[in-house]
Order: sequence, then C-alpha cells, then structure tokens
Amino acid sequence: MNVFDQLAAWLGEPGRWSFTDPSGIPYRTVEHLSFSLLSLVIAALLTIPLALWLAHYRRAAFLASSAVNIGRAIPSFGLIILFWFLASRWEVDTTFWPLLIALVALALPPLFTNTYAGVTSLDQAPVDAARGTGYTEGQIMLRIELPLSLPVVLAGARVAFLQLVATVAIGAIVNDGGGLGRYIVDGFAQGAGGYGEILGGGIAVIVLALVCEGAFSLLTRFTVPRGLRITRKNELPSRAKATIS
Amino acid sequence: MRTLFAAQSDRPLFEWRWVERNADNIVTRFTEHVSLTATALGIGLVLSVGLAVLSLRWRWFYPVTLSAAGALYVIPSLGAFALLVPFTGLSFTTAVIPLATYTLLILVRNIVTGVQQVPTEVREAAIGLGFTRVNLLFRVELPLALPVVIAGLRVAAVTTIGLVTVTSMLGMGGLGFFIRQGIQTTTPNPTAIIVGIGLSILLAVLVDLLLWLSERALAPWTRKARG
Repeated sequence: MNVFDQLAAWLGEPGRWSFTDPSGIPYRTVEHLSFSLLSLVIAALLTIPLALWLAHYRRAAFLASSAVNIGRAIPSFGLIILFWFLASRWEVDTTFWPLLIALVALALPPLFTNTYAGVTSLDQAPVDAARGTGYTEGQIMLRIELPLSLPVVLAGARVAFLQLVATVAIGAIVNDGGGLGRYIVDGFAQGAGGYGEILGGGIAVIVLALVCEGAFSLLTRFTVPRGLRITRKNELPSRAKATIS
Repeated sequence: MRTLFAAQSDRPLFEWRWVERNADNIVTRFTEHVSLTATALGIGLVLSVGLAVLSLRWRWFYPVTLSAAGALYVIPSLGAFALLVPFTGLSFTTAVIPLATYTLLILVRNIVTGVQQVPTEVREAAIGLGFTRVNLLFRVELPLALPVVIAGLRVAAVTTIGLVTVTSMLGMGGLGFFIRQGIQTTTPNPTAIIVGIGLSILLAVLVDLLLWLSERALAPWTRKARG
C-alpha cells in the first residue's frame, strides 16, 4: 500500500470527520485552535499592559531589545517537556497546565518586544499634543500610544500566534491532546504503517497554520486605525521593522 | 516544596554523576546538533544569496520570493517533518529541508535590504572605476551589506538551533535526544532534560556571539561608525 492509499484509508476511518470523537480532524482542529488562542490571550493580557506602561515611561529598554533573542534561544520542545516533567513531579494534571504554561512563555517575548518597540518608535507629536490638550498619562497610553502602535503590536501577536500553532502540535509528544499534532506523533509511533496518518496530520497542521496566517492578515487590516491606513506607506522605523519577522 | 519532591521521586533535579557517565554521548549529540544546524544554515545561505541576486536583478522576483519564503516560514516544524517523512523517511534530509527553508525568509530579506542600503555614491564610484555588474555585486555591494546579512544570519542560526531539538522526533539525535530521553525512561530523568535544554541554549548563545564577533572582524567600519 503506498502512502497515498494509506492516507485515503486513514481519512476514511469512522469518526475522522467528527467534532466530538477525539479521532476526528474537526475535534483536533478545535482543540488546536483553542489551545493556541487561549495561550495567546493570556500572554497578551500579561505583557501588553506592562510593555505599554514601561514603554511610555521609557523603562526596561534593554529587556525589550533582548527579550526576543532570549525567547528564540529557548527550544520550545524542551520547554514543554520540562513543564510536563515538573507537573508530573508535583502531581499536577499533566494534560493541561504544562503545555499552557510553556505556550504562554513562548508567546511573551514577541508580544513584549513589539509592543515596546511600537510605542517607543511613535512620532512624539501626537503624544505631546494630547498632553497639551489635557490627557492624563493613562489616557495617552490607552487612546494615543496603543492604537497608534497597533500595527506593530499585531505583527508581534502574529509571530507569537504562529509559533503557538506550531508548538501545540509538539505538545502531543507528552500527552493525549496536542491538537492536530496528535496524528503526527501517533503515526510516528506506528512506524511505516503510520505514514498515512503522519502525512494526514502534517497536511492538517500546515493548512491550519496557513489559514491562521491569512486570518491574522485580515484582522490586521481591519483593526488598524483608519488614520494609520492612509500613512501606511510611511516606513516604520527600522527598529520596529526588524522585530516583524 | 522539598517534601513534595521527596514524596514523588528520589531522583534529584540535577545529577552530576549522570553527566559524567554520559559525557561521550553528550559530545556526540552536541556534534550532531552543530552539524545539522551548520548544514541547514549553509544550504539556506547559498539558496538565499542566489534568490537575493535574482531579486536584485529583476524587481518582480523579490515580492514573489518573499511570499513563497513567507509561506514556507509559516509551516510548523512538526508539520513539515510529517509531510516529508513518508517520502524521505526518518533521515538527515528530512530534517534539513525544513530547517533550511525556514532561514530563507530572514536571509533573503536581509541580503536584499543590505545591498539596497549601499549608498548610491559608492555604487557610482565603483562603476566609474570600471567595475562590472558582477564585480560590483560581489566586491562592493555584498561586502558592504555584510553587517545586515550577518544580523539575519544570527536570527536564523538561533532559531535553527532551537528547532533542531524537534528533529529528535525523526531519530536525528542532536540535543533533543536528551530532552526526549528525559521522559522516556521508566523513572523520568530531569538531568537529561536540563542538559538537553541547557546545551541547546548555550550553543545558541555561543553561535550568536561568534557571528557577532565575525561581523566585527569582517566589517570593521561598522565599529568605527558607532564610535
């Protein structure tokens, strides 16, 4: 049986297209997305307010510039397994928390750095104007700096989210779950007999990632303030641009 | 905390004895990690220079290259391996292909940006001196683009080193071997996990430092310019 026959057989198995059966691709897709989104939201709530505040007062610049590099150097695969190990040692439920904490940790650096860079690279004229008009510092942060730096913040969120989608799959190595990565890991466990499942899982993960990327582009287009859309051709400062990768 | 540890397992978080006993294997896996990274980066760099040269020659080629490289970049590592395994097996090739393609986006963009940043006066002076197009590119533009190229290379290298740990899924060894080994033995072995992660981070930091030093050596003018 060649790989494509194996793939076809795997796709045709009962429950493969179910939302409720754990062997279903829709079920795993929802699991994959919900895990990625949940960790992105938690990471965003943790970092964006902090980065906004630090950037407004121009503090912790070194942290902001080095956070992404530090984040890149940490192997996500190792992080998941490390947290899984700690959870099993502390008798915490290993199916949820280890993966979630590892994912949140991975999403922090790009969100933090981009929010920080986005705010500090803003033209100061609107900020000064707002201050002159009587805006409080808090209002400046929320009504001027955050919306104006939104394109850069969202670029960071996009990088973070794609990394999350990639990493949830790796989570399947330690436990049940792991979204669409489940199929890849299970397929590997079966050796050559699992090639259909490996291929199916691989395609599913890739399609999901590409769709998420597309969705994020649309989101970026719709949430950027109208005033910025007109000036979109204005180059972002090089520092901020460098962090969009 | 302490009592919980004792109740769960008698294995301490870090055992030097394990490191000593596995010293040979650690060296082997470390070398595998370096060779996978170097191969992927080498292939990625060669491809990127080619694509960048074509992008500089024909304007329309650049956005096409960037979109294609961007799409490849979006593909999750495990997904990419899964896609290749049924065709190329559990092999070095399967590991290297995605690792190399991930570097394209960063490298092509940095090479093109770097070359475009070369001041027009410099380019005109070189043409005035009789440089051919090829000579201009390889002897003037690319050397002057070096700092930007190396900046891209640093990002690519650090990212690749982290991703190589995932290739242990393909039985490729590397430092990911220890990370997996840590949870596969009957009593989980935290030392193996810590050694795997720690050495991977150490390697990333070392390579980053090495590339930074090579930038200073190969492009000394940037140091002077910065004061």
